[in-house]
Amino acid sequence: MDGFPILSLMMAVPMAGAIACLFAGAGTARWIALLATLADLVLGIILWINFDQAGSAAQWQFQEYAPIFGRFAWALGIDGIALMLIALTVFLMPICIGASWVAINKRVGEYMAAFLFMEVLMIGVFTAQDLYLFYIMFEAGLIPMYLIIGIWGGAERIYASYKFFLYTLLGSVLMLIAMMWMVHEAGTTEIPALMAYNFNPHVQTWLFLAFFASFAVKMPMWPVHTWLPDAHVQAPTAGSVILAGVLLKMGGYGFIRFSLPMFPEASAQLAPLVWGLSMVAVVYTSLVALVQSDMKKLIAYSSVAHMAIVTVGLFAFNQAGIEGAMMVMLGHGLVSGALFLCVGVIYDRLHTREINRYGGLSINMPKYAVLFMLFTMASVGLPGTSNFVGEFLSLMGIYQASSWVALVCTTGIILGAAYMLYLYRRICYGEQVNADAAAMPDLSVREIALLAPIAAAVLWMGVYPESFLAPMRSDIRALEARLAPAAPAGDSKIKIGASKPAGEDHHEESAAHGEAHS
Amino acid sequence: MIDHASLLAVLPELILTAGGLVLMLVAAWGGDASSRVVNWLSVLTLALAGMALSTSLANGPDAFDGLVRADAFSAFAKALIYGAAAAAILLAPRYFSTDGKERPEYPVLILFSSIGMGMMVSAGDLLTLYVGLEMQSLAAYVLASFMRQDVRSSEAGLKYFVLGSLASGILLYGASLLYGFTGTTSFDGIAIAMDDGVSKGELFGMVFLLAGLAFKMSAVPFHMWTPDVYEGAPTPVTTFFGSAPKVAAVALAVRVAVEALGPAGLDWQQIVIFVALASILLGAVAAIGQTNIKRLMAYSSINNVGFALIGLAAGTPAGVAATMSYMAIYVVMTVGAFACILQMRDAQGRPVESIASLAGLSQSRKGLAAALAIFMFSMAGIPPLFGFWAKFLVFDAAVAAGMTALAAFGIAASVIGAFYYLKIIKTMYFDEPAAAYEAKGGAVENIILTACAVVIVLGYLLNPLLDQASAAAAASLF
Repeated sequence: MDGFPILSLMMAVPMAGAIACLFAGAGTARWIALLATLADLVLGIILWINFDQAGSAAQWQFQEYAPIFGRFAWALGIDGIALMLIALTVFLMPICIGASWVAINKRVGEYMAAFLFMEVLMIGVFTAQDLYLFYIMFEAGLIPMYLIIGIWGGAERIYASYKFFLYTLLGSVLMLIAMMWMVHEAGTTEIPALMAYNFNPHVQTWLFLAFFASFAVKMPMWPVHTWLPDAHVQAPTAGSVILAGVLLKMGGYGFIRFSLPMFPEASAQLAPLVWGLSMVAVVYTSLVALVQSDMKKLIAYSSVAHMAIVTVGLFAFNQAGIEGAMMVMLGHGLVSGALFLCVGVIYDRLHTREINRYGGLSINMPKYAVLFMLFTMASVGLPGTSNFVGEFLSLMGIYQASSWVALVCTTGIILGAAYMLYLYRRICYGEQVNADAAAMPDLSVREIALLAPIAAAVLWMGVYPESFLAPMRSDIRALEARLAPAAPAGDSKIKIGASKPAGEDHHEESAAHGEAHS
Repeated sequence: MIDHASLLAVLPELILTAGGLVLMLVAAWGGDASSRVVNWLSVLTLALAGMALSTSLANGPDAFDGLVRADAFSAFAKALIYGAAAAAILLAPRYFSTDGKERPEYPVLILFSSIGMGMMVSAGDLLTLYVGLEMQSLAAYVLASFMRQDVRSSEAGLKYFVLGSLASGILLYGASLLYGFTGTTSFDGIAIAMDDGVSKGELFGMVFLLAGLAFKMSAVPFHMWTPDVYEGAPTPVTTFFGSAPKVAAVALAVRVAVEALGPAGLDWQQIVIFVALASILLGAVAAIGQTNIKRLMAYSSINNVGFALIGLAAGTPAGVAATMSYMAIYVVMTVGAFACILQMRDAQGRPVESIASLAGLSQSRKGLAAALAIFMFSMAGIPPLFGFWAKFLVFDAAVAAGMTALAAFGIAASVIGAFYYLKIIKTMYFDEPAAAYEAKGGAVENIILTACAVVIVLGYLLNPLLDQASAAAAASLF
């Protein structure tokens, strides 16, 4: 793969597809979009296979550099963290196109073009190695998403699209000013160089806050999460999938790529702020989710709660926490996407998101009930599913930093189980009170084809997370090393007793046990 | 007495003068029938003048003992001015021909105005400055009231004239104060006289001079004429007002501030910062309630001047380069946006100006809606469109000059501005279709539209070129 610009190609394929879709009729546009996203999925698999996961491998791979923009460059490259998020993106995109296959029947060409353009920008965000290139990709995503929500959204779509656009724009512009300051200070726009640059700790606080304004809105963290329920509820199904699945991860990626390595001192200093907001988010949004009568809104609030687990894990300043945060992001990307698809499946049949209009669906839609059950359990964090791994690691990580935060956030998991199981009970179990809901047909082949791959991935991630952790391990280790000097002392006072026997009788056994682990 | 080098240095102005006079005669004898020919010949004249810029540059920078400067800065500004003027001429026939009032005076007036603007941006002396300014303004007053039978047009012309004269008076008063206290009208002389500190009289002169210039570039608090004139003037004239004279006024303000008033930098910086922020805020807030698209563009132009002035406020060569780059990108966006607005014609071919009439345009005129959406997103400063880069450059210059707070405030205010640009996109894309427009646009309109849209979408590839040209322009002032 040496020298082959696979990352540029991964952006060029959907871009070409987007332009073609603009000029194509409805039927053709659907096929162009599907083929373009599938081609990108294949490229993504090739990328993963060729990615060198060995600990000795270079941190940045597949690098491309073309100084064609004067003050900044077309600089691309990925590490394991970016690789995983790109994989998530290219995995979800064909599913989004499939989910829109019949649900979208007006202005199909423009719709598909907007989605493909969105894919270009998402890959761009995760691959950009130039600060300004990153910003351009990061901000440009507003345009297609604004159009997707505004044109193909629900009844309140215009309010939701404005709120989404202006909220996220206001969050981001201050980050741009901070970026300019950093580039003048460090004299480079290259992200890898900036990640190693030591900014003055006093200035770091300001820079951190400027970046925080952007990523916290994108993430979204309490109390700037209010755009999310509106945007999710109003967006078409595929729009919600991509919003929850990938766009929210840009916030988490931003923390991992910028806030933590570039401003380690400020991160440590302001970690209590992040913890506090996250604790509120986990408990508060879970309680809010509990009382929702709109399915999409419920899942939207659950996203806020899950993202708070991500921030908690990230600001644990240790390997377990950051690995956990990444796993929650990947798992949540799959599970929340799948849950929105599940909502979309029954919304397409009954055209309402009111939970009370359904009930007893396990009788007439058994296949649907099984898949929905799997994703509900995954969202709850049942062992064996993707979210368990991430949540467990995150909470384990934060326990080392602050046991109180771990305590509060763990109650959030319990609340999560409460609202998800309550949702599932109201939709799939109980009496079939609504005749029209009782008459709905079970999943079609297309719908199974959309949900089955996600189900497989959710189980894979839950049973053998090593496939996903291995590419990121050395990058996260490097990040931990970067953070180590600044990391706040934990209150849990964990003593790692590798050589300490548990008891005289079991000496031999536990020593052998310790060896097996080391 | 007059040396050849000086004449060659003002070759573009000479070409424009000769072209303008000859075409005036053609118009006088040829009558309205000659208007198409005069149009094309005027564009040709502007193109020739543009080509003569390199000759003038080679014979610069000083001509006529410093009265006129033919440096990289003036060449950069003139290239923009001539381009915008040519676009304003090319876009006009379709508009005027709808009610049979196509007249050959229009391009000739634009040529004369362009001479004035050329003199403004290459002024090296307060007298050249004033003569250029008046020459540009007088032509502009006539252009504003070009549709004599139309009440709004006449009103716009009269308003522009009265307020413009007042501004000229203020500017002249400032110039006389500066002359009185420094004993010279040449920019270099004023700068030398100010080197030993800025006296009260000089300060007053400077403030009045800048007030007059602020009027010409329609910066707050001297912006009041803009919405009325933009709305009342015929749309091609509005296109012109929104682009070329704006460049000339901003470039002139930059040259005066840096060359003549350089030693008083700390004093004018405060003024410029205030004017810039006030323009950004007022332009953004006042535009929200507008229902007429030309009025909205007027407030948008006020808003944009505010952003451009942030580069000047930085007071560094990078800041000046950023301001000039901003104007270059702004001109492309404005011309493109007006090429869209000019296509807003109802089924009978009559021009429509209400924003509400754009409803559902994305379904009846896909291409036109997409182009206007591109220009609106670009003006809102959303990447990856080129308008983002314009804002990026000025804010970057401000940050580099240590004015982080100014940059942060300005960029936060740009979010308010984004709201009303989004409103237009919302109207075109989200709303139910209103009465459809004329099914097809004019060929010239579409070509200009497409060219501008391509630049706005792929503009980043021009970055090396733009950086080089604007840096050279800025370097010639310092």
